[in-house]
Amino acid sequence: MTCGMPLDYECFILMLMSYAERVLDYYNNPRNAGTLDKNSQHVGTGLVHVSEYVDVVRFQIEVNPVTHVIRDARFKTFGCGSAIACSSITTEWIKGKTIEEAFRLDHMEIVEALSLPPSKIHSAILTEDAVRAAINDYRFKNGMEPAVEEYEEPADYYDERD
Amino acid sequence: MLQLPVYLDNNATTPLDPRVLETMLPFFTQHFGNASSRHHAYGWAAEAAIDLAREQVAALIGADPKEIIFTSGATEADNLALKGVFEMYADKGNHIITTEVEHKAVLDTCKHLEKLGASVTYLKVNEEGMIDLKELESAITAKTIIVAVMYANNEIGSINPIREISAIAKRHGVLMMSDITQAAGKVPVNVTKDGIDLAAFSAHKLYGPKGIGALYVRRKSPRVKVTAQMDGGGHERGMRSGTLNVPAIAGFGKACELAMQEMEEEGKRLGAMRDKLENALLQLEETYVNGSRAHRLPHVSNISFRYVEGEALLMGFGKEVALSSGSACTSASPEPSYVLKALGLGDDLAHSSLRFGLGRFTTEEEIDFTINAVTATVNRLREISPLWEMFKEGEDMNAIEWSHQ
Repeated sequence: MTCGMPLDYECFILMLMSYAERVLDYYNNPRNAGTLDKNSQHVGTGLVHVSEYVDVVRFQIEVNPVTHVIRDARFKTFGCGSAIACSSITTEWIKGKTIEEAFRLDHMEIVEALSLPPSKIHSAILTEDAVRAAINDYRFKNGMEPAVEEYEEPADYYDERD
Repeated sequence: MLQLPVYLDNNATTPLDPRVLETMLPFFTQHFGNASSRHHAYGWAAEAAIDLAREQVAALIGADPKEIIFTSGATEADNLALKGVFEMYADKGNHIITTEVEHKAVLDTCKHLEKLGASVTYLKVNEEGMIDLKELESAITAKTIIVAVMYANNEIGSINPIREISAIAKRHGVLMMSDITQAAGKVPVNVTKDGIDLAAFSAHKLYGPKGIGALYVRRKSPRVKVTAQMDGGGHERGMRSGTLNVPAIAGFGKACELAMQEMEEEGKRLGAMRDKLENALLQLEETYVNGSRAHRLPHVSNISFRYVEGEALLMGFGKEVALSSGSACTSASPEPSYVLKALGLGDDLAHSSLRFGLGRFTTEEEIDFTINAVTATVNRLREISPLWEMFKEGEDMNAIEWSHQ
């Protein structure tokens, strides 16, 4: 622009403040983006989408068949910056966990880790769905029953009602 | 030296031209008078500025100065035109015809009038963004009072065949209103030749200040009347009360004068740069121009980059290029652009769109920079897009096997 109006750099900072720095970090330098061999016996693949947002997440895990510990994870995501960040941060979190531990991932942990605004919670939910779909794909391939979400009743549920 | 980010969102707003600012400044401090003060020099100076500006604004669209009603902007002008005509012509009928791709200032005003008893026809558009003229004609009934069709679309830049549309309206004795906000000062608009009875536009889209606009209201054949929506001192021939914003109006006038002088040359220059940008970006695979390319504003290009998401693209070069996207990936408004949807685009392409709006201060260097920035980001995001990988592996994109959720 040569119209002679200096543009204050502060307006960027304001613009970017709405996204936590960690989202931008994962967006700019996505960790573990890529593909694992979906035909491998040790790889589970979850491919999920939210039609109205047109977000698509593919989450893959590679599992040690003896210990059931996830030794590698990869993602590819079509969606806004926070959708990409949610998938990427979860690949880091999931490595080294057993498939049972990983299944208990709560999307609110991702929301907190990335300081997502309420309008972006759907991105974290989609990653959670993708992780679970990947785990169940692995379980199916290896003759295990699908894992289901456990509903944990709050310990003091009944006390409070009294 | 390139100043970042490059501004390519000139359909949202334009920077004030320094020559406009210079025109405005004396009216803040030195000539601060109220244009309605008839008995002293301060008032006369303000009034003279208003008179000159009214001539400049009228000249841009081939109108008579008496036909210009200053408003706070195009939104107010759209409201005044539609609500004012609806009230004034209540005896004749209650039917309004408009299109699906109008600006929200028209669409939401129509929605409001529907609650007050109006019957509104929203004409569909084809993939170019054009209405079917036969459909328009057959929609006209004895109760139809006004046809409202925008001159040029704000998202895709398509230009409507206004002369043909107004000829149909005239043949049936129906008023023709047009939101000319995106077209005024960019392509020649002439209310007489184009057969427009009411036209709404604003200054900040043509390098003038924000907060000022105008409604053109035809005075002869036919003499159009609108009921005031703002009551008070009876300014603007009783159609819009409120002390006139003298500095803004003076700036609006200057901006119109400059636009009139520079429109032709500027249009050629921007058209060449737009084509360069567009052709370079179309080198990327699975990239599409949205809307008509033949009938389009010279400075606008709306492009979808399939398999990457618009908001992610904007984040990618947010520090480098300022643009708009047809995507809206928040739970507050999950729907992508209604204009792109009306063209028949699927959600995927609508979410993958970017609008490039060049302007008076856009340089060749900025276009080259933008081509590189957008290309790099599209390629980078496609590398991590599962859809792109499936596409490249030749999978049937309509038969993707999703996991059970």
